Amino acid sequence: MIGVLAFSRPEFPLFLHVFGAMILVGAATTAVVAQLAPGVVMGDGDRMRRFSFRTLLFAALPAYIVMRVGAEWMYSKEFGDSTADDPTWIGIGYITADIGALLLLIALITAGIASRKAKYRLGKASGVVAAIALVGWIVAVWAMSGKP
Amino acid sequence: MDLNDWILSLHVLSAFALVGAMVIFWIMIVSLWGTDSTSRVASLMRVSQIGTVLVSVGSLGTIIFGVWLAISVDAFEIWDGWVIAAIVLWALAVELGRRGGKLYGDAGTEAERLAAAGTETSPVVAETFGASRALQFHAASSVLIVLLLIDMIWKPGA
Repeated sequence: MIGVLAFSRPEFPLFLHVFGAMILVGAATTAVVAQLAPGVVMGDGDRMRRFSFRTLLFAALPAYIVMRVGAEWMYSKEFGDSTADDPTWIGIGYITADIGALLLLIALITAGIASRKAKYRLGKASGVVAAIALVGWIVAVWAMSGKP
Repeated sequence: MDLNDWILSLHVLSAFALVGAMVIFWIMIVSLWGTDSTSRVASLMRVSQIGTVLVSVGSLGTIIFGVWLAISVDAFEIWDGWVIAAIVLWALAVELGRRGGKLYGDAGTEAERLAAAGTETSPVVAETFGASRALQFHAASSVLIVLLLIDMIWKPGA
């Protein structure tokens, strides 16, 4: 009964969206630092490339899906019947989510190849791409909360 | 955007920093689960340094901007039940997180020292990065943070 009540309230999609986004930001930060920070121990490179790839695959990607499902669910509840133009902050959210998805996939694939074939520069490129996505998502957090 | 919008924005960004740091620590804990390798732990210590910065900024930012918001916005009061619950949950989560972080930090520093000295394994490191007291503190802190997020979104009684 409690579960039914919780799912029928509009706050649940918001919780799903925000929680997914928080995990996504944490996971992306982890992957970026692992790829771009200089090594401290011999053999660090391979280990950190593998760590970064697994973080993107097992944490960032599922978190992105949860964030996006929550966003669509909330959008259909809040703006589903509206014929008016979306507010600016919704537009910022969609742009950063869509471009972020593409960047996340590029970072994930390049991190996977870099991890498998021990390619140093490809690993760094993966970190830079993930960092660009991360900046976009932070802008989205600002836009979603401040609603400019 | 007026002042309250900016305060809310900074409050939410701080919350992202706080939860983001918790996620960083969870990824490290899972990745290092049960390891006795000092070099593996030493490698990930630079990731944890970012987490430590984020958890400090996030903890302070959420409480400062949160209390400021409760005072500044007419619809809310600092003595509202859900606001008081949030402050209590925040205080407990931060203290438990600090205790867990200290235990993990000490083990990480020890791992770095041993790795630099050429010692490859350590039972102390293996114990800490397994089912340890540090894990209990971190797990309890994480549960409280999730409850805090639920309180913030549902605002019971508001």
